[in-house]
Amino acid sequence: MNENIVNFIYLIAGVLFILGIKGLTKPKTAVRGNMLSALGMLIAVVVTLLNMNTVDYTFIVAGVVVGSVVGSVMALRIQMTSMPQMVALLNGFGGGASLTIALAEYYTKLGTTPASFAELLNPVVADSSAFGAGPEGTVALVAIGLTVLIGALTLTGSLVAFAKLQELMKKSYGLPGGPIGNALFLIAALVAVALVVVEPGNVAAMGTVVALALLLGLFLVMPIGGADMPVVIALLNSYSGIAAALAGFILGNTVLIIAGSLVGTSGLILTRIMCVAMNRSLANVLFGKMAAGGETIDADEVYAGKVTSAQPDEVAMLLETAQRVVIVPGYGMAMAQAQHAVRELADAMEAKGVEVEYGIHPVAGRMPGHMNVLLAEAEVPYDKLVEMDRINPTFEDTDVVIVIGANDVTNPMARDVEGSPIYGMPILNVDKAKTVVVIKRSLSPGFAGLPNPLFAMDHTLMVYGDGKKAVVEMTTALNQA
Amino acid sequence: MDILILLLALFVLSLFLGVELITKVPPTLHTPLMSGTNAVSGITLVGALLAAGNDGSLMMVNILGFIAVTLATINVVGGYLVTNRMLAMFKRK
Repeated sequence: MNENIVNFIYLIAGVLFILGIKGLTKPKTAVRGNMLSALGMLIAVVVTLLNMNTVDYTFIVAGVVVGSVVGSVMALRIQMTSMPQMVALLNGFGGGASLTIALAEYYTKLGTTPASFAELLNPVVADSSAFGAGPEGTVALVAIGLTVLIGALTLTGSLVAFAKLQELMKKSYGLPGGPIGNALFLIAALVAVALVVVEPGNVAAMGTVVALALLLGLFLVMPIGGADMPVVIALLNSYSGIAAALAGFILGNTVLIIAGSLVGTSGLILTRIMCVAMNRSLANVLFGKMAAGGETIDADEVYAGKVTSAQPDEVAMLLETAQRVVIVPGYGMAMAQAQHAVRELADAMEAKGVEVEYGIHPVAGRMPGHMNVLLAEAEVPYDKLVEMDRINPTFEDTDVVIVIGANDVTNPMARDVEGSPIYGMPILNVDKAKTVVVIKRSLSPGFAGLPNPLFAMDHTLMVYGDGKKAVVEMTTALNQA
Repeated sequence: MDILILLLALFVLSLFLGVELITKVPPTLHTPLMSGTNAVSGITLVGALLAAGNDGSLMMVNILGFIAVTLATINVVGGYLVTNRMLAMFKRK
């Protein structure tokens, strides 16, 4: 097939990807956008297959079959609460694909591959002319080295993120020296990349890049805690896109560059949104601890004798007479699988003429938009899900706020107590409502490790226990009232 | 050097286009956006096919290609399916 035709069809695929993302700007056009994007993928793959000359289909068919089965089982079986894990895995696979493509291209251009593992690191005689004439050869080598680096660290970093989200890995480990240790690893990996560029036949240097990058991915993500995961997932999402775009430079493939850069920017923008919502810099999330600053706040002093608890049926009486109720969900709602129960409570309230909305903090949950997907699964209309900036001014006119499974994002210390570790983080001002009901297992602190003065306020009622059970009991009591 | 400059231009323009597009996606769709872009990054399948379809003189390249095809296909199939599943829930109303 003529190369120009192939590239023209790649261009069409690229345009379809762009239209696909454009579709995602509105819930109504989103499904169609996703399909356009999938169509773009299909034609890009078909034209690639048609354009291949001497082909051994064995490995292609095997890979496509295995990948399709694994991909569809994952996609159809996964629970909406586990979506962060799914995305973490997909990020990792994207990085792994770019890594293996770059390595395959490296060995193809070298024209020789090791016959055994013992030969894996034996140097080969080659110079950059094998990778392209003049500067093109050098650029191709740089692209290969960087793709291997970013692909490998995205792979292991994402697998650690998955393990943390799945709670397979509960503790946080890190390199001694923290950021400095990581920086040294990164510099060593970049030096190895430079070595490959200078001496393309130095297979051992390439092996070193792979090994260092795989380790770097582990060390970067292992110290990071659960509530910072939205940032990590978004960042790894970006890396997988950048790796794909770099792979495009290796192969001189336009559609890889277009698609990769779209994904790369998407991840970066989401990363930024998450950081702003936590009032922390990216470096602070990746390398820092929550500042231990200020005097330590004694939880007993905050709570002692001031916390009022209530039973679900007492709350139901409050809800019955309310005019406006705002529900504020957090990761605890996902943990308790309480999204359907919450929707039923909202239905019961609406049946009694109560106006119900949901206040969604950008970092509620474990990934951007996590709460929205859960509530959409429970068939809550998306126009009831209100962003922080729009819901905050309404709390003063709200009779009851029900906080379920959220903690730090409602902590008034972030607004009022200068010197508090979370000071400056934008929060949902739930304490401005007439009554706040907090459904929580205990008074234990959230991810920031701070007591929440909200719980001790005069107009706050604590409902202790399992989120789902408490909500179901409220619904039952409300329906009987 | 001509082709490289062209590719670089494409890269830079796509970055700017990406910023314009993504900032318009509402927060409520951020999770489907992430899984959807995961699927798009499965475009590496195109590169993977080229590696896996190597004529067989380099076994290791075929094996690397096989791994790449498998991983990229998981991203494409898994990414689009799960995104569709989520978006269908948003569309219902």
